[in-house]
Amino acid sequence: MTTTEPSGVRRGLDAQTLEELRQIGARYPQARSGLLPMLHLVQSVEGQVTAEGIEACAQILGISAAEVAGVATFYTMYKRRPVGDYYVGVCTNTLCAVMGGDAIVERLEEHLGIGNDETTPDDGTGRTITLEHVECNAACDYAPVVMVNWEFMDNMDPASATRLVDDLRAGAEVRSTRGPRICTWREAERVLAGFNDGLADEGPAAGPATLVGLRTARANGWRAPEASTSSDDADNEADPAGDKQDSNDGNDSRGGK
Amino acid sequence: MLTPVLSDNWDADRAWTLPSYERGGGYRGVRKALRMQPDEVVQLVKDSGLRGRGGAGFPTGMKWGFIPQDNPKPKYLVVNADESEPGTCKDIPLMLASPHTLVEGVIISSYAIRANTAFIYVRGEVLHVVRRLQAAVAEAYAAGYLGKNIEGSGYDLDLVVHVGAGAYICGEETALLDSLEGRRGQPRLRPPFPAVAGLYASPTVINNVESIASVPSIVANGAEWFSSMGTERSKGMTLYSISGHVKRPGQFEAPLGITLRQLLDLAGGVREGHQLKFWTPGGSSTPLLTAEHLDVPLDYEAIGKAGSMLGTKALQIFDETTCVVRAVLRWTEFYKHESCGKCTPCREGTWWMVQVLARLERGQGSETDLEQLLDQCDNILGRSFCALGDGATSPITSSIEYFRDEYLDHLRQGGCPFDPAASTLFATVGADA
Ligand SMILES: Cc1cc2nc3c(=O)[nH]c(=O)nc-3n(C[C@H](O)[C@H](O)[C@H](O)COP(=O)(O)O)c2cc1C
Ligand code: SF4
Ligand code: FES
Repeated sequence: MTTTEPSGVRRGLDAQTLEELRQIGARYPQARSGLLPMLHLVQSVEGQVTAEGIEACAQILGISAAEVAGVATFYTMYKRRPVGDYYVGVCTNTLCAVMGGDAIVERLEEHLGIGNDETTPDDGTGRTITLEHVECNAACDYAPVVMVNWEFMDNMDPASATRLVDDLRAGAEVRSTRGPRICTWREAERVLAGFNDGLADEGPAAGPATLVGLRTARANGWRAPEASTSSDDADNEADPAGDKQDSNDGNDSRGGK
Repeated sequence: MLTPVLSDNWDADRAWTLPSYERGGGYRGVRKALRMQPDEVVQLVKDSGLRGRGGAGFPTGMKWGFIPQDNPKPKYLVVNADESEPGTCKDIPLMLASPHTLVEGVIISSYAIRANTAFIYVRGEVLHVVRRLQAAVAEAYAAGYLGKNIEGSGYDLDLVVHVGAGAYICGEETALLDSLEGRRGQPRLRPPFPAVAGLYASPTVINNVESIASVPSIVANGAEWFSSMGTERSKGMTLYSISGHVKRPGQFEAPLGITLRQLLDLAGGVREGHQLKFWTPGGSSTPLLTAEHLDVPLDYEAIGKAGSMLGTKALQIFDETTCVVRAVLRWTEFYKHESCGKCTPCREGTWWMVQVLARLERGQGSETDLEQLLDQCDNILGRSFCALGDGATSPITSSIEYFRDEYLDHLRQGGCPFDPAASTLFATVGADA
C-alpha cells in the first residue's frame, strides 16, 4: 500500500516513486551520478535504505544490487535500520564536545533512555526520536551544535536540548535557529533527493555569529578598498549600499549567555 | 582591518534571493565576463593572485589554465561544497546567506574554462543550505543566467546541485569525483589529474566554494583591486572563522595576513578570566599552534614557516581549561572513523593511534607510548594515499611537541587532570551542567 502525505512525501516504492528515481538519474550526463540522491529518496519513502530500495536503484541504473549496497554502506547518512520521525544528531567533534556536546549527549541518552544510534519507542504520541552523535557540521561558531533532521539548532546546552526533544515528541512547533519549522526526517530526505519543499525563504539569512565580523566592520566604518574606476567599465561599482538592514537578530553575542 | 566583500550583503533584506542580490550589484560580473574572451577571464583570475580557499592554496587561475582546450570531451566545473574539515564553517554560512554569489561565480568560472555543465557538490547534512541552493539555481534559470544562450551571449550552462550523504573523505577532490559518479567516495590515483581526466574521465576543474565565490568580485572590480589586499604572495580578502573559547565567535572577512591577535581582539578576546592555550589555524588537519604564535600573519607563507598550514582558516580557540589529550584523541577518532580504508597506513594507523591515545588519556601506559605514537605518525605521513592520512598526524605530533608534559601528567596522575565541565560554554551558568 502506498500513500502520499500532504508534504508530498510518499510511502512505498510505487510507480510514481520509481518514476521519480528515474527523474533523478536524468539530471546528470550519466544516470549513475544520481545514485546518492536516489538513495535519499529511498529513505524518504521507506524510512531507511531497504533491500527493495537497493534493488530498485540497481534496476534503474542497470548495475548490480551488490554495487548499490556497497555505496549505501559507505555513507553515514544512509541508515540500515528504521529512523524515527526526528533524527537528533549531537556534534561531538572536538570543539563542540569540549564546549558541551559530550554533556548534551550524556543528558539526552539518560533522558530518552536510549544509546547512540538508537530510536525511542513510540510513547503514545506517535513521534519517535533517533539519537546519534555526529561529526563537525560546519557550524563551530555556534557550538555546541545539535542537528535535527539536518537543520541547525545552535548554541545548545543540556537543558535546552532536553526541552528540544520533549517539544519534538509533544508535537510542539520547533524552529531551527537558522531555518524553518522542523519537518520530519522523511520530508528532509525528500529535499535532499532534489525535490524542493518551497521552504527556502523561511528563517534568517544568517545567525548572529555569522554576522559578527560584518557588524564590527560596519560599526568601525571598515570596508574593502574601492575599485579603481579607470581600468573598469561603468557597470561596476564596488559597494552598493542601500538595502542593509539589521532585522535578523538583535544580539552580537551568542544566545544571551 | 576588516574588508567585507563576500560577506557584504549578508545583512541585506532576504539576502538569499535574486532580487536582493541584484539590488546589491549582483550578476554584473556575469555580464562583464560574457563580453570578455574566456582566456581573458582566466588571465584576470591569474593576475589577481587568487589562491584556492579549500585548504591547499593552489593558484586558481593556474588550475583553470591546465584544462586542455584541444581535448574534444566536455569540460566540467565542480564546486567543492563538502565543508567537513573539523572547525571549518565558512562555506556553509556563505551559501545560506548568499547562494547567488556562488552561482554567479560558477557561471563566470564555467565560461572561463568553457564548461557547459557544472555541479555544486554540497554535503548532505545541511538541509536549509540545500534548499537555498536549489532555490537560487531555479531563480537563476528563470532569470536567464543559466540555461541556453545566457544574456544573449550564445553561451549555455547547466548547473546541478548535487547532495552528498555523509563522508568527510568526499571533500578530497578525487574522492568527490568518484562520489559524484555514484560510487563509494575513495581517492583516485594521480596522474591523471582531474584537469585532464576528472569527472567521466573528462577535463574537470574542482574548486572550493569560497574560491569560486571570490570570482565575481574580481571580475567586477579588477585584478589589481583584489591584489591590493593581502600580503606579498597571499592576495585578497578571505573568510576567517573563529570558534571556541572566545567572547564573540563567528565569521570575520579580512585581508590575508591579519594576525590571530588582531582577530581575537575583534572577537572580544578569549572568554573572561581565561587564557589562550592552543589553536588551529585551519582546521584539525593543520598542526596546533600556541600563544607564542599570536603575531604570525595568517597567510600561507608565514603560517607554513611557523610549522603549520593556513588550511581553511578555521581558527578553533581553546583555553587553559581544555585537556589537549582529550582534544587530540577526539580528532583522531574522527580520522579513524572517516578513513576510507583504501590504504593500509591510514586505515591501520588511525586505528592504532586511537588505541594508544585512549590509553594515555586514561592515564595508562608509559612514556614510550609517546615515541610509539610519533613512530606511527612517521609511518603515515607521506606514505598514505591521500592527505587525510597526513592530516591525521597533525594534531598528534604538534600536541606532543608543545604539550609533552601534559601527556605525562596523565600518566603521573593515573587519569585526566582536567574537569571537562570547566571548558563547556555553560560552565559559568553553573547549576545546569
Ligand atoms: C580529506 C580531505 C578533505 C577535504 N575536504 C575539502 C572540503 O570539504 N572542501 C574543499 O573545498 N576542499 C577540501 N579538500 C581539498 C580538496 O581536495 C581540493 O584541494 C580543493 O577542493 C580544491 O579547491 P581550491 O583550489 O579552490 O581550494 C579536502 C582535502 C582532503 C585531503
Ligand atoms: S589516506 Fe586514508 S582516506 Fe586517504 S586513501 Fe588512504 S585510507 Fe583512504
Ligand atoms: S565541531 Fe561541532 S560543528 Fe564543528
